[in-house]
Amino acid sequence: MSADSLYQQIILDHYKNPHHRGLPDDFDAEVHHVNPTCGDEVTVRVKLTGGAIVDLGWDGEGCSISQASTSVMSELVVGKAVDDAMALQDKFLSLMQSRGNATLSEADEDELDDAVAFEGVSKYPARIKCALLGWMAMKSAVAEAGWGAGTNSAGETA
Amino acid sequence: MTSVGFDVEAVRKDFPILSREIHGVPLIYLDSANSAQKPQVVIDSEADLYANHYANVARAVHTLGSEVTHAYEGARDKVAAFLNAPSRDEVIFTRNITEALNLLAYSLSNASTFPGAQRFRLGPGDEIVVTEMEHHSNIVPWQQLAQRTGATFRWIPIDDEGRLVESAIDEVITERTKVVSFVYQSNALGTINPVRRIAERARAVGALSIVDAAQAAPHLPLDVQDIGADFVAFTGHKLYGPSGVGVLWGRYELLADLPPFLGGGEMIETVAMSGSTFTAPPHRFEAGTPMIAQAVALGTAVDYVTALGMDEIREHEKALTAYALDGLQAIDGLRIIGPSTSLDRGATISFTLPGIHPHDVAQLLDEQGIAVRAGHHCARPVCLRYGIPATTRASFGVYTTSDEIDALVSGVKHVQEIFA
Repeated sequence: MSADSLYQQIILDHYKNPHHRGLPDDFDAEVHHVNPTCGDEVTVRVKLTGGAIVDLGWDGEGCSISQASTSVMSELVVGKAVDDAMALQDKFLSLMQSRGNATLSEADEDELDDAVAFEGVSKYPARIKCALLGWMAMKSAVAEAGWGAGTNSAGETA
Repeated sequence: MTSVGFDVEAVRKDFPILSREIHGVPLIYLDSANSAQKPQVVIDSEADLYANHYANVARAVHTLGSEVTHAYEGARDKVAAFLNAPSRDEVIFTRNITEALNLLAYSLSNASTFPGAQRFRLGPGDEIVVTEMEHHSNIVPWQQLAQRTGATFRWIPIDDEGRLVESAIDEVITERTKVVSFVYQSNALGTINPVRRIAERARAVGALSIVDAAQAAPHLPLDVQDIGADFVAFTGHKLYGPSGVGVLWGRYELLADLPPFLGGGEMIETVAMSGSTFTAPPHRFEAGTPMIAQAVALGTAVDYVTALGMDEIREHEKALTAYALDGLQAIDGLRIIGPSTSLDRGATISFTLPGIHPHDVAQLLDEQGIAVRAGHHCARPVCLRYGIPATTRASFGVYTTSDEIDALVSGVKHVQEIFA
């Protein structure tokens, strides 16, 4: 696999061995998002306690980008304060909208961790929604669980 | 591999884009069923019209107006000859095949109130028939027409091999059927349908028959008199012509009674504030300034494929298809969606690989310079029928070589290794 391939080893690893896959029985909200271009689907359940995401599980099917990205997202946000998870979601969204010209600081890279592997996706408009699917679902699920009343689910994937 | 008299290397030199590199390797374009590449003569034809002859058609008395009208109407003559149409007045230029099919669907619903168009009226109890393998452009307009008129929308199902269920043709097309619209060659499966048989059945029950020849026109000789249908439509961009122009052919006696779809300039006979009358076909169905340069360049594309020979193109692609089916089916786990042999099928092959989403296959092939399409190919009912979200589709054209098919086969194996 060439270094500039969209399919970084990290992405393939998460696709083959997804993290937090499976829907927990104890949850505050569940959302289901689809990406009509690829037919990707993801269901996300979240449990919030004391302003933090104490548990998140998901199930889904679709392309490797959508499934691996959801896996990476779940790994990053479980245990995080909701505010921090939202800030990270925002950071990932910016990365996806960067058209391949992102300038990430070292701190950004540390924070995004495995999600940095998706940087190449930003060059392919047809695939950006794949990478965002799980992140948008997580944002909606958190909103539905009652966090930040008044926040709408602007994260609807179209 | 290549049939006698067809020099694919010479053909490739006609297409400038084929010398491009993608990700540092030569482009292998296997997405012609989506849209075909353009030979230099087509590109030059459009440029020449703008550079030397451009004005509006049919309106101006000046020299340029005459030249451009001559060129535009000359393209109509070329298309009429290409289709073996009895009359040039049966050839209508549209924006694409989607517009051609919508033109028919809306003209039929306009018949509800149009004087003298009683024969085209649809209502409750009447049936509109398509097939399960249609492109969305040959499903949605008919579902909408059914909704507007109260008619019932029905379809002929497909079998596990991707062919129409033969016995269903007579069962679904009945005395209640008023319209039968069906695809000649499936864009998703590659299947070539028994069009004469279906057109004959439609005629026998008194229904109008409409053939979507978008995927047939570039690959096999298209003779509207031989097919025996009432209407045949195709699009220019798949026939090595420009995007933005398509063709609807219809029997003159039907077009003469069919109400117009779009109203506006050039489709009228007289206009008064108290009402308007309409001109004869084909111009009745070409309201407004048409796609002039595109139609002229489509004429050039028709000349181009005619010079290559539609029979020769068919033989060239048939050999490629058989070769590709063999190569692909030798890949572990690969499943062909559609006929698995080259009998009655065209140069479009859809397939799936276990555990690898078609969008990943297509993206990884692109990294090797190979352009294929992945998705439901605007024929979602086909995917639903086979219980799959999407397929990867490789489609061939006049410029496709057996070396490119070898590259596809090894490319797919490479994708499997990455996901292993």
